[in-house]
Amino acid sequence: MSLILGIMASSRLVATTAYESIATTTVGSGGVSSVTFSSIPSTYAHLQIRATVRGGFAGSLEQTKMRFNSNVISYSSHWLEGNGSAASAGNSWVDNEVFLRYSPGNGSTASVFGVYIMDILDYANTSKNKVTRTLMGFDANGSGYISLCSGHWNNTAAISSISLVPKDGSSWAQYSSFALYGIKGA
Amino acid sequence: MAATYEPIATQTLGSNTASVTFSSITGSYTDLILVSSISTTHTATTSLVIQFNGDTATNYSNTRLLGDGSSASSDRDTNVVSPRIALVGFSSSEFNPVITHFNNYSNATTYKTILSRGNNASAFVTAYSALWRSTSAINEIKVFTLAGNLRTGSTFTLYGIAAA
Repeated sequence: MSLILGIMASSRLVATTAYESIATTTVGSGGVSSVTFSSIPSTYAHLQIRATVRGGFAGSLEQTKMRFNSNVISYSSHWLEGNGSAASAGNSWVDNEVFLRYSPGNGSTASVFGVYIMDILDYANTSKNKVTRTLMGFDANGSGYISLCSGHWNNTAAISSISLVPKDGSSWAQYSSFALYGIKGA
Repeated sequence: MAATYEPIATQTLGSNTASVTFSSITGSYTDLILVSSISTTHTATTSLVIQFNGDTATNYSNTRLLGDGSSASSDRDTNVVSPRIALVGFSSSEFNPVITHFNNYSNATTYKTILSRGNNASAFVTAYSALWRSTSAINEIKVFTLAGNLRTGSTFTLYGIAAA
């Protein structure tokens, strides 16, 4: 009885899920040059990043460079995307970072932000190279992209930090937000 | 760490229904995720579409990536009254899983970008980005199809995720 009353009295149910918020960064006035999640605990099975982004770059498109543990070698990326008129695929080999495809730049329609949702499975496993998958995109009423991206870090180290840097410009715009979540295993 | 990813509401259709609406959505989460299993009563494939807060004006648009088993393509809709978020089939036994993300849905500063992935194992796979050109917080989500009704047995569950 007391448990039932406790739940009914609460304005919000107590979550018992395996999905936990680890850290969030929301960009303030003036923008920031990069976002880094550091000291990531290794106690989860998987990570997810959910981001809402706009580049400070003057052009209409911005990409994201992602690095793990400040390492600058042994990355590669593949993507499949649509730009509203055609589908295409591409890759980037032997790079200094994983590439995530297009979000709006500052030259895009005002108030439009891109979104990406990235999964990093077995991020703390020291026997596997690390692979990411990302659903990302934006629409600006006449322009926009929708992309499926995979990234590879040819390294078996546990991921303890993740840096997200704009590729084409020098900053993330105000109101961009980056949230890191951990998903527990059994 | 704060546990999150909470179910907000679920609707399971006991009969063929024109639309499903989640209303009075709390603004206390960071993102919403709508997990749907859908079929329609239409006699051909049709598009699953969406509206927010009762806005029926041409304030929406979308960009699509489609694979149909033989080729990939992309197209878009601009200035529409309801953006597409999935292409869905009409089988009474094969329902289409669709997962739709509404990031920063309650912020009152930016337009709202939606990402959605739809699957129909018999015919196609789709991914969409969509835009609602409004800075209003989303407090109502209406889901329906461009043709036919949502078939009985379709399910819709809305989840909330709160960032730290």
